[in-house]
Amino acid sequence: MTCVTTHPPTASAVVLRDTCAGVQQAQQEGHGVVARVRTGVRAIGAVLAAVLGASLAGCSATGGKRAEDARRAAEAQGRAAVDTPRWTFAMVTHSGDGDTFWDIVQKGARQAAVKDNVKFLYAHSDEAQQQAQLVQTYIDQRVDGLIVTLAKPDAMKDVVAKATRAGIPVITVNSGSAESKVYGALTHIGQDETVAGEAVGDELDRRGRKKALCVLHEQGNVGHEQRCSGAEKTFDGDLQNLYVDGTNMPDVQAAIEAKLQTDPSIDAVVTLGAPFADAAVQAKRTAGSEAEIDTFDLNAKVAAGLEAGDLGFAVDQQPYLQGYEAVDLLWLYRYNADVLGGGRPVLTGPQIITEKDAAELQDFTERGTR
Amino acid sequence: MTATAPPAHDRTGPSDERLLHTSPWKKLLGRPELGSVVGAAAVFLFFSIVADTFLRTSSLSTVLYAASTIGIMAVPVALLMIGGEFDLSAGVLVTSSALISSMFSYQMTANVWVGALVSLLVTLAIGAFNGVMLVRTKLPSFIITLGTFLMLTGMNLGFTKLISGTVSTKTIADMEGFAAAKKVFASFTVGGVDVKTTILWWIALVALATWILLRTRFGNWIFAVGGGSGAARAVGVPVARTKILLYTGVAFCAWVSGQHLLFSFDVVQSGEGVGNELIYIIAAVIGGCLITGGYGSAIGSAVGAFIFGMTSKGIVYAEWNPDWFKFFLGAMLLLATLLNAWVRKRAEATT
Repeated sequence: MTCVTTHPPTASAVVLRDTCAGVQQAQQEGHGVVARVRTGVRAIGAVLAAVLGASLAGCSATGGKRAEDARRAAEAQGRAAVDTPRWTFAMVTHSGDGDTFWDIVQKGARQAAVKDNVKFLYAHSDEAQQQAQLVQTYIDQRVDGLIVTLAKPDAMKDVVAKATRAGIPVITVNSGSAESKVYGALTHIGQDETVAGEAVGDELDRRGRKKALCVLHEQGNVGHEQRCSGAEKTFDGDLQNLYVDGTNMPDVQAAIEAKLQTDPSIDAVVTLGAPFADAAVQAKRTAGSEAEIDTFDLNAKVAAGLEAGDLGFAVDQQPYLQGYEAVDLLWLYRYNADVLGGGRPVLTGPQIITEKDAAELQDFTERGTR
Repeated sequence: MTATAPPAHDRTGPSDERLLHTSPWKKLLGRPELGSVVGAAAVFLFFSIVADTFLRTSSLSTVLYAASTIGIMAVPVALLMIGGEFDLSAGVLVTSSALISSMFSYQMTANVWVGALVSLLVTLAIGAFNGVMLVRTKLPSFIITLGTFLMLTGMNLGFTKLISGTVSTKTIADMEGFAAAKKVFASFTVGGVDVKTTILWWIALVALATWILLRTRFGNWIFAVGGGSGAARAVGVPVARTKILLYTGVAFCAWVSGQHLLFSFDVVQSGEGVGNELIYIIAAVIGGCLITGGYGSAIGSAVGAFIFGMTSKGIVYAEWNPDWFKFFLGAMLLLATLLNAWVRKRAEATT
């Protein structure tokens, strides 16, 4: 060891030999880091104290996290109702990141998984190739059951076949009622998108609408195309399609706004997802349009909007039921080789919801299960 | 307390440092892809421990397949980056290429190979367009390819809706030549085992690119152009031709990936591919390519793609909460890149 100092290595007074300048410098920097960390801890402490103080000073007696926790504590049982082995079921959807609809589907699936003593895995990708690869990863893991959406059916054909060959039962949910049986799935749970679209067309006629806009937020989703073309089929007026980027809400609003401004004769806007209904309402206000906003799917905001009269009607397909039933039916198949539907899709919609029904659903939408 | 100071300068050695003998070990440490190889080993080890199913043969082949689909594009993107440029249109160009091939075959009721050939020509033309625009306008490649990226995204959807009437193409699986094309671009079966051809394409492309970079005059041009195009031009390197060729290289690989998409899934979704261009760039950067150009390797891009494949699939095998998927992905990539930089720094210090 050639590194020597003549004084104790305090940060202020050190005498160095030329050969150990580097080591000494590192020590000095070390002191500096400790000092900086200490300052950082003090700063964080101050911020925490401020936040805590502010939240104590202004408590709310209603709503917020506390109300949610209370609700959850009341409903959560969290115990398995069966004594079957702990099977693993996996679900792969075509959802983008952070989609409320799929959150509700997951909630239903998880609730059923708790009851059925099932380990539930979930993954999603909005790119067809990625979704197929995700299914493959679950086949590699040898899960006991698979739940798959067939929004882009051709991309999923091979992996679904592979899963059935590997002896993994597959249930399709949400989209793909036409392909489900052909690809070898046990059953399909969802709504027929064309039928749902036709229901919208009829409802628009009943409300005397003349010119409608169909807002598609997922490019390439066959189910969305079917909804709009179904509505076009039964609607007596004129229906136009508008493509928007569903992962970019300001863009959705701006696109609808621009469309409403350029064509004031549009008297109905149909969005294909609940979060987009709100964007459409905003767009309608800024554009000064009189159009009625209608939507597929439901959430708390839509239920409130229906009650307040901002929205005309909503078409629900009960996503919670899709997740719940998928897991439950896989369990039934594993346990008892039961299959539901008799070779036909099990329909969870469409259900037209208007101002009258909104009030009773509001509790359920608020807890995020409708 | 005494200490002997080391001699300040060793005057007995050779006067020119370039003539110094470097050991093979030090040569290895100086390779651009070394850091990423260490990173890949770390990621591999990590997932082998946390995910029980990761080490199964079927899982590893899934990971390899995922890596190959990224890797095929990471190779030309790495070359382009060494040449000092970006291509933001690379992701959607893959989709465009698949769409052109599929729709031409279907609408003309032609043999699928005819569609594939037409698609190759059009895709190469788009690549050349990027290159020519770049060298003619002298604008940053970021702006030029951002323009083509947006135009292609719009054209993909616009033309598909116009021609097919829906947002995806119609199936061409029952057309002549499809079975053979599927064997070339998607997968074939050998002794009951399904072999994904993307892995073979990937290996071939990495080998070809490495040979070009290290053994040919064109490879030297790429490094020279990326290091400083003014200096390169002064010593007689055809800068414009090099850059245009690099962009057509990206287009060629986009064609290969596009045909893979088409022939493995029969049908092409017009809205896909957006965002993948960043993944290719990330793979190249993890593999040791400098964003500023002039430094990097093709093998590095392959290792980068492999790290990406391992991470994205390893997270599923490890059964982590998918809500955090992107976070884990980002953290793993950051760590791999930091390790990469650290190893390179150490390597440079010892040489």
